[in-house]
Amino acid sequence: MSQPSVAYTIGFAAVLCAVCSVLVAGSALSLKDMQEANKILDRRKKVLQVAGLMKEGASLEPAQIDTLFDDNIEARLVVLDEGAYYDGQQFTANSFDQRKVAKDPEFSEVAPKNAAKVGRVPEVAVTFHVKGEGGNVNQLILPIEGKGLWSTMYGYLCVETDTNTICGITFYEHGETPGLGGEVDNPSWKAQWPGREIHDAEGNIAIKVVKGKAGPVETAPHQVDGLSGATLTSNGVTNTLQFWLGENGWGPYLDNFKSGSAG
Amino acid sequence: MSAPRTGFTKKQRDALIDPLFNNNPIALQVLGICSALAVTTKMEAALVMCVALTAVLIGSNVAVSLIRDKIPSSIRIVVQLTIIASLVIVTDQVLKAFLFDVSKQLSVFVGLIITNCIVMGRAEAYAMQNGPVLSFFDAVGNGLGYSIILIFVAFFRELLGSGKLFGIQLLPLYTEGGWYNPNGLMVLAPGAFFLIGIFIWALRVWKPDQIEAE
Repeated sequence: MSQPSVAYTIGFAAVLCAVCSVLVAGSALSLKDMQEANKILDRRKKVLQVAGLMKEGASLEPAQIDTLFDDNIEARLVVLDEGAYYDGQQFTANSFDQRKVAKDPEFSEVAPKNAAKVGRVPEVAVTFHVKGEGGNVNQLILPIEGKGLWSTMYGYLCVETDTNTICGITFYEHGETPGLGGEVDNPSWKAQWPGREIHDAEGNIAIKVVKGKAGPVETAPHQVDGLSGATLTSNGVTNTLQFWLGENGWGPYLDNFKSGSAG
Repeated sequence: MSAPRTGFTKKQRDALIDPLFNNNPIALQVLGICSALAVTTKMEAALVMCVALTAVLIGSNVAVSLIRDKIPSSIRIVVQLTIIASLVIVTDQVLKAFLFDVSKQLSVFVGLIITNCIVMGRAEAYAMQNGPVLSFFDAVGNGLGYSIILIFVAFFRELLGSGKLFGIQLLPLYTEGGWYNPNGLMVLAPGAFFLIGIFIWALRVWKPDQIEAE
C-alpha cells in the first residue's frame, strides 16, 4: 500500500473522530436518565437496608423499593456547621448527591486534620428520617465515610431519636481486604451494633471498635468487637464515627435535633 | 478434525475454534491477565465482563476490518485505539443503565477493556488482514477463549473463597453455623494466579506442542 497523502490522513482522522464522538455522546445522553434513576434507586435500597426495612440480599422490584421508601423515609438536607435544616433552593433532598457536593469547592470545606482522613466536608448533607405511625420520626440515618486500611469506606449510620443509641450501621462501598477488613459488611458483625451507645456519661463520643471481644450491650455499651486480623480497618471505623458524630460532622445537628431546635 | 457439520468454511471454523484451546488468548498468548485477576471473585461479575469484552472485541474487529483498506498505515494504531475506546465507553454506559449492580462491581475494569491487549492484539494482528466475516468469527472465538478462563477461575474462586456460586450459598460457612471454612487465598488476586497456572499446566499436558522450547 502506497503512503497516502497527509491531507487524506488528517481527513480520515477527522471523520473517524466525528463518528466516534457522535457514538459516545449519543449513548451517554440517551442512557443518562436510566443511569440517574439507577443511582437514586441504589441509594434508596441502602437506606432501607440500614433502617431494617429491607433484608439484605432481598431483591425487590424498583416500584416496591420506591413505595417502601416513600412510605417510610423522608430525606432532609442539613447545613452541617449550623445543624439546621437547609432552606436554600440550590439542592433538593431526593436527588442530592453528597459525594459530588463534597468534591465541589464551592459547596464544601477542607476538613480539619482528622484521624478518619476525611478530606472535604460538604456544607450541606442529607439525612434520612425513618418515620413511624403518625409521621413521627423514629430513627435518623446519617451518611458517613472514612479511611480504613486501603480505601475510603462509605456507609450509613442509623441513630435513634435520643441521638445516642445506635440502631445499625452499614458500609456499602469499601476496598478493604476480603475476608479480613472486608468483614465490615458481614451481617453478623453489623448485628452487634444496634443498642450500643454513642456517648459516655460525660457526653464524650465513646463508641469504639475494640480489639477482640467487646461483650454484650449491657456490659459494654460503647464497644463493638474488633474485626479479627483487621485492626486498622477497625480503627478506621472508630475514627469515622468519631469524626462524623463530632462537631465537624453531624454533631451540631444531632444536638439540635435532640433539643428540638433543628428548625 | 472430522468433516464439517455446519455451513462454515474451514477458515471460519478455525478462526472460531482455534482461540478456545489451541491458541487461547490468556493461556497461550498470556494477554488480558489483569482483568482475569480482578473481576473473577464472583461468577456474575466475571460473566458480565466476558460478555462486555466479547461485545467490544466483535465491534472493534468488524469495524477495523471494514475500513482496513482505508486506514492510513501511519496512524493505524491510533485509529484502532479510537474505535476500541469509543466502543468501551458505550459498553460502560449500557452496563450502568441496565446492569447497575454488576457495573459497580466491575467499576474501572470495564473501562480498562481499552487496555486489554486481546482487543488491540486481534485488531492489529487479524482484522487488519482479514475480511469482516472472518474477523467476526475470530472475535467471537477469542472472546470465548477469554471467557473460558474467566469462568473457570471465577467458578473456583467464588466456590472455594466464599462457598457461593452466582451469590447462592452452596457450602454453609462455619461462621454462620455450617462446616465450610472459606479459603482466603481464593478471594485475593494471587488465588487467580494459581488457578490460571493450573489451567495452563493442564492445557499443556493435554497439548504438549504449546510448551515453549527451553
